[in-house]
Amino acid sequence: MTTMSDFSLKDLDSRKKEIILNSVGIDYDQYEREGIGFSYEEMMEDTGFSFEDVQRIQHESMIGNTPLFELKNITAYARKFAPEGYGARIFIKDEASNLSGSFKARRAAVSVYKAKQLGFKGVIAATSGNYGAAVAALAAKNGLKCIIVQECFDSKNKAQPEIIEKARACEAYGAEVVQLSVGPELFYAFLHLLDVTGYFNASLYSPYGIQGIETLGYEIVTQTYNQTGRYPSAVICTNAGGGNLTGTARGIELRANHRCRNIAASVNLQGLHMASDDDFNRKSFTTGHTGFGMPFAINPDRSDVPRSAARPLKYIDEYYTVNQGSVFFITEALATLEGLERGPAGNTSLAVAFKLAQTMEKDKVIVVQETEYTGAGKHHQPQLSFAKQNGVDIVFGDPQTEIPGKNIVVPNSADDIHIEKISLDKLRKSYLKRYASQSLTEYDYTYLKEEFRMDNVKRIEELFEEVKNERAKR
Amino acid sequence: MLVAKGKYVRIRKHLLLPEERLENIPDCTRKVPLKAWIRGVLLEESELYEETKIVTATGRVVEGTLKEVSPTYKHNFGEFVPEILQMKKSIQKEFWGDDDE
Repeated sequence: MTTMSDFSLKDLDSRKKEIILNSVGIDYDQYEREGIGFSYEEMMEDTGFSFEDVQRIQHESMIGNTPLFELKNITAYARKFAPEGYGARIFIKDEASNLSGSFKARRAAVSVYKAKQLGFKGVIAATSGNYGAAVAALAAKNGLKCIIVQECFDSKNKAQPEIIEKARACEAYGAEVVQLSVGPELFYAFLHLLDVTGYFNASLYSPYGIQGIETLGYEIVTQTYNQTGRYPSAVICTNAGGGNLTGTARGIELRANHRCRNIAASVNLQGLHMASDDDFNRKSFTTGHTGFGMPFAINPDRSDVPRSAARPLKYIDEYYTVNQGSVFFITEALATLEGLERGPAGNTSLAVAFKLAQTMEKDKVIVVQETEYTGAGKHHQPQLSFAKQNGVDIVFGDPQTEIPGKNIVVPNSADDIHIEKISLDKLRKSYLKRYASQSLTEYDYTYLKEEFRMDNVKRIEELFEEVKNERAKR
Repeated sequence: MLVAKGKYVRIRKHLLLPEERLENIPDCTRKVPLKAWIRGVLLEESELYEETKIVTATGRVVEGTLKEVSPTYKHNFGEFVPEILQMKKSIQKEFWGDDDE
């Protein structure tokens, strides 16, 4: 057994700030303001790229302007269960046609471009998902070295098939892949690599990573208008770290000057602990789930940069969860009725759209904001097969009875797909908990108004009062 | 088994021993080491399962235990999942109607 440790957590903790500063090229301190807040817009404006620059960088990298398709059969299917006159038209943005097979290429394009501009020799990203393949592909195109750090195996050396597929893709593009066993210390392994290589931190949470998605929101609005003569009434994003929703909403609101319902959708993995070695291989989704969605909404700055540019509560209008079985069902429906095979995680928002469309008038447009590529490992068949191998039962029945890690409940009928609305006030209260032992100033409340997408400071004061009272009771 | 220098291999190393891990993580995770797997080219002739050195795709030299020679990808579409056929059938029936004639 190797007993040598390459790094010490204590040493890295003490130098964390310096390592991040050197590897992102952003001095985050300059955006800090009095009290709890910071200047988000100033940070976003300082990337050095205009919206047109981002469009150009992406176009030159074989990214963006992906097709927007109307899912006519899926829409007709949803209408079978909708009241007369209801059943909005469901459109899907086929992001799988980007370089590397997902919308993540939009984020990687801007980050890697910046890395090259700043003179870095390589880039590093900590990700088990599509973002790794995206960074690796862009690094390959730009002649930069690339290391992707994945959480991949449990302690018995058993890997999630979906993550192995991502590793394969990264290596196909020439990247070095460092695959780790389960645990949040991945962050330290990542810091250590940044430290010893001097590479750029292609963080999903830097302003570059978010600015890259603004084009997606913009394209959704313009393409919807061009195809239907209407603007979208709702856009649904599969939500994990919050960047997808943040960037898309900014594209819709700031770049296309449109206002619609920004809806987040996550797979419900409640009860499974994200840092648990035992639970790791009992989940059938490695992203787009509540295990990331909730903590990142409540505390966006828990990421790998001091101030995350992904701030979901700033842009979410509604947040829904859906069970694993329903997402697999809708993935199957997409292939069976539309002839479109796409990766399951990206279809989380499709499952939610299918239900919500039934509550919206027929002439309205609802846009499912992404698809992702599919293939070996990354498909509902290997994922369901893997679930069975790990003792998870696949049963048909009421999706509301699903217990993540124990079973996957597939609906018998599309009518039984069930979505659950999350209370945003509850998330806002969890966000406020860390301030419970202090008092908030007028300045703080002004910041929170923006941060929470609320007009009413009085309501925030009430929420904070409730947090304080609940704390006093405990 | 002796493996020749220059072979493409996979190594494994322990980054943190259980006692070095963070305190606020679940017990099942804390009682096992944090491990890493890396692929690269073998820098010296080595015995399988012994300590060795590789050079990675980015040119880093990394030490660890030699675990696999000529590693490939074995992920696939898994076993047959009859539940998918059942889903397909109910979707087709619900959408297109019965076609038993």
